[in-house]
Amino acid sequence: MTLFFQMVVPFTIAAVALWGMAKRVDVYDALVQGAGEGLGVLVKIVPAMVALLTAVYMLRASGVLEALGELLSPLLTGLGVPPETVGLLLIRPVSGNAALGVGAELISTYGPDSTVGRTAAVMLGCTETTFYTVAVYFGAAGIKKTRYAIPAALCADIAAFLAAAWAVKWWFG
Amino acid sequence: MAMSVIWTGMVAVSVLYGLWAGNGAAVAAGAVEGAAGAVELCLTMAGIMCLWMGVMEVMKRSGLAELLSRLLRPVLCRLYPDFKRDRETMDAVSANVSANLLGLGNAATPLGIQAARRMARKTPGVASDSLCMLVVCNTASIQLIPTTVASVRLAAGCAAPFDILPAVWLASAVSVAVGILAAKLMGRIWRRRKV
Repeated sequence: MTLFFQMVVPFTIAAVALWGMAKRVDVYDALVQGAGEGLGVLVKIVPAMVALLTAVYMLRASGVLEALGELLSPLLTGLGVPPETVGLLLIRPVSGNAALGVGAELISTYGPDSTVGRTAAVMLGCTETTFYTVAVYFGAAGIKKTRYAIPAALCADIAAFLAAAWAVKWWFG
Repeated sequence: MAMSVIWTGMVAVSVLYGLWAGNGAAVAAGAVEGAAGAVELCLTMAGIMCLWMGVMEVMKRSGLAELLSRLLRPVLCRLYPDFKRDRETMDAVSANVSANLLGLGNAATPLGIQAARRMARKTPGVASDSLCMLVVCNTASIQLIPTTVASVRLAAGCAAPFDILPAVWLASAVSVAVGILAAKLMGRIWRRRKV
């Protein structure tokens, strides 16, 4: 089972390459071109990450996140969510880059294979930047009355955070 | 502008709380470490992110997204009953979902917007049930292979950065299911309230 999940990525890469060859795609050219575009994406996020990680490290060092975590700890622990992730819960629906910064800091501080690190990773992996998405879609479609879209989307976010914490416990024991 | 407020707020709170709690020196060190750590993180993430963008380009050119989109159509028609006879809208919706599943974020957003615009034509200015559903489904992440997170884990020295996959899939499925359920339920309550 573990081997299967370790092999998901190399298997996907090989399968996509074979499929591409069967469809007469210049696989290598596509791969290199895509990787080049990846570099462009990376260059764009570096400045944002510098700004955000500075703020995240300061926030973390000041102790305010711990205080907030302690304040909410009875509630979060009761729900099975590690209180250390409180900063991630607050920033996730608002800014994707900031959430990545907070998550990366949690993962490196607690370790990628700790419960906190894993929970943070799963939370990042199973949620989107809700408010940004809502703004983009309704802005483009010229919608003024958004009705119940935001509360329903936030329900999905809360479910995602709880499910992430529970799924980590279930999968890693 | 919103980000300016958030960033300034984070920094100001750190300085004030840090001084008050006696962590001033740590905050000063954090400010410098954060900036350096950001560049380091991005560098260690670079390889896996570039590789995956390359694999995604192969997926795009070989029509894998279209194939997946055709498979998803029948399921999606049940989710958007008002538009199941509108071929072009459903094409955009299913292409949007398949791009999201494959992690082609740059392709998914324009497709989703196209679907949203077509849906909005029926009810200008007001989000119909279908449009709410489309937005809710797009605010929940359904990416099958979350590469950015995996690259962050790899950068932190993780030996098997993808060992969280089953947990991510389960949590994503729960989140999407709750989102769809919430949208359906709230849609009903909303209508009753108006009448």
